[in-house]
Amino acid sequence: MGVATGGRAIIGLELVTTGKPIEFSDADRQAIADMRARYPDGRSAVMPALWLAQKRFGFLSKEAVAAVARALDEPEPEVAAVATFYSMYNLAPVGRHLLQVCMTLSCSLLGADALVAHLEKKLGISAGQTTSDGRFTLRKVECLASCGTGPCWQVNENLFDETLDAAAVDRLLDSLK
Amino acid sequence: MSHPLGCYGPVVTPKGRKEPILFGDFAIASAETLEGFRAGGGYATAIDAIKNRKPEEITEVVKASGLRGRGGAGFPTGMKWGFVPKDSPKPKYLVVNADESEPGTFKDRELLSRSPHRLIEGMLLAAYAIGSHHAFIYARGEFLFLASLLDRALADARAAGLVGKNVGGTGFDLEITLHWGAGAYICGEETALLDSLEGKRGQPRTKPPFPAVEGLYRCPTVVNNVETLQTVPFIVKNGAAWFKGWGTEKSPGTKIFSVSGLVNRPGNYEIEMGLPLRALLDDYAGGMRPGTKLKAVIPGGSSVPWLTPDQLDTKLDFESVAAAGSLLGSGGAIFLDEGVCVVDALLNLTHFYRHESCGKCTPCREGTHWLETVLAKIEHGQGVPEDVRTLKTVSEQILGRSLCALGDAAAMPILSVLEKFPQEFEHHLTAKRCLVNRRRASVERVRAGEPATV
Repeated sequence: MGVATGGRAIIGLELVTTGKPIEFSDADRQAIADMRARYPDGRSAVMPALWLAQKRFGFLSKEAVAAVARALDEPEPEVAAVATFYSMYNLAPVGRHLLQVCMTLSCSLLGADALVAHLEKKLGISAGQTTSDGRFTLRKVECLASCGTGPCWQVNENLFDETLDAAAVDRLLDSLK
Repeated sequence: MSHPLGCYGPVVTPKGRKEPILFGDFAIASAETLEGFRAGGGYATAIDAIKNRKPEEITEVVKASGLRGRGGAGFPTGMKWGFVPKDSPKPKYLVVNADESEPGTFKDRELLSRSPHRLIEGMLLAAYAIGSHHAFIYARGEFLFLASLLDRALADARAAGLVGKNVGGTGFDLEITLHWGAGAYICGEETALLDSLEGKRGQPRTKPPFPAVEGLYRCPTVVNNVETLQTVPFIVKNGAAWFKGWGTEKSPGTKIFSVSGLVNRPGNYEIEMGLPLRALLDDYAGGMRPGTKLKAVIPGGSSVPWLTPDQLDTKLDFESVAAAGSLLGSGGAIFLDEGVCVVDALLNLTHFYRHESCGKCTPCREGTHWLETVLAKIEHGQGVPEDVRTLKTVSEQILGRSLCALGDAAAMPILSVLEKFPQEFEHHLTAKRCLVNRRRASVERVRAGEPATV
């Protein structure tokens, strides 16, 4: 019997390894040094540096986390503990367009399940998966703070706060290459 | 699009109701830009106050105004500022909690989108009052689409000499750093937010010491909500007595309610404290959608006990909502209609809390897991009478036994629904299905090729 547990209790969750060491460019190392300078304690730059790593390397692999730890001169397990806590840090590769549908109550009442079902059918994948061409990843997420305009969803960082019918959703997907 | 993302149209005040305070900014042309905001009189209050008044005077006027925190807990803002030790040799910090994540609440985002400089003005006043020279804005990662707008607001304010050294020629210095979260509801809890800002997993701390004494980097820190800080310039400008002219004696002022669910006009509404819940629903939100009937109201964000239609006369101020058995919270009002299965809705919310529990305290970590497991069993027609008792006892065991209120937030709605809608649980146990469930019905409609909404 597995251990019954909720929440984000697991520390040291296995990070995916690519087997290839990676390093930030000099410009990125400078950007990280600038981040450190914005805080009284450089440790505070862990989150912005992880955001930068995710942007550069696509997701936070063991190697990407190690690169952040080196750039900040912080212990690697500490950086890994942060990377594995927050849901927006991707611990596995994602498609070029990350579709995130809010599933929490208000959006759920306004048809979030239906929106996910439609996206799954259209993309031929289940929530949590990526299309084989690497174009889309579909993810169910918790409250995005747009409860009045549900069901709301985000494509990468862009919020869609207007209710779209199935045809409009299809047109939008077709426009994302 | 004619309005910013996630925002609503022009503010329309129902007949006989006072014009809003904070939303007054929305009527200023281009209030989101520095030029627009200044043309509307913005920053004048902060500069004047920092030049001509002592920090203690600012704290005093906020104290006297009775302003209470708008993030959910409702703690008196001036009192919070007053807890910062004046003689501490350590630096003092101001932190803005812009990690708005409480399901049902979406007001801070609209405030940030439409009036970011009002926040900076409020920060100047708060920082001056507590003697802070470095402030932080902690924004939830899901708001990254606002990054360019917020970066620009800060850069413009800095270029105009309103942030940085010698703010507005007053001799007061304030540095502001914008910090992005990365997806964690718990970081809305102020001590978890501080850990996150320090570059750690966002987990609540043991209190005391409270942040005012030992907060960010173990230095005296004040954490205030966006709406709270945006209210401060109006209080400093117009005085405590003016502010107390709004609302009730113990809950003065206005409060923004985010209205969602099956209403005709969902959106953010700034109401005078003490407005009856019924007026929020009917006068502001346009009532329930045609063909739907109200079943329950979650008045203050998903963490609070539910109210029923016979409680619509409840006044929306901290004391009256508490007297009705719920909490005003963050003002996220979700209106549920008769088509909603309450067990299904609770399962949805409990899944949220289980997912968002940070894992630090056992009652919350294990309790939310068990609540979700048992609710799923009941919802899916596999429940036995004992399960309802388990729900109740697990909820009661969670209450008050963790460092923060996340576990309580999962338990309180369940206890209230068990009490108010026992027949729906009974029906699941005997008929092995929901008494009502429009959510599933809407899925069926979409499979038939109809729009993805009800």
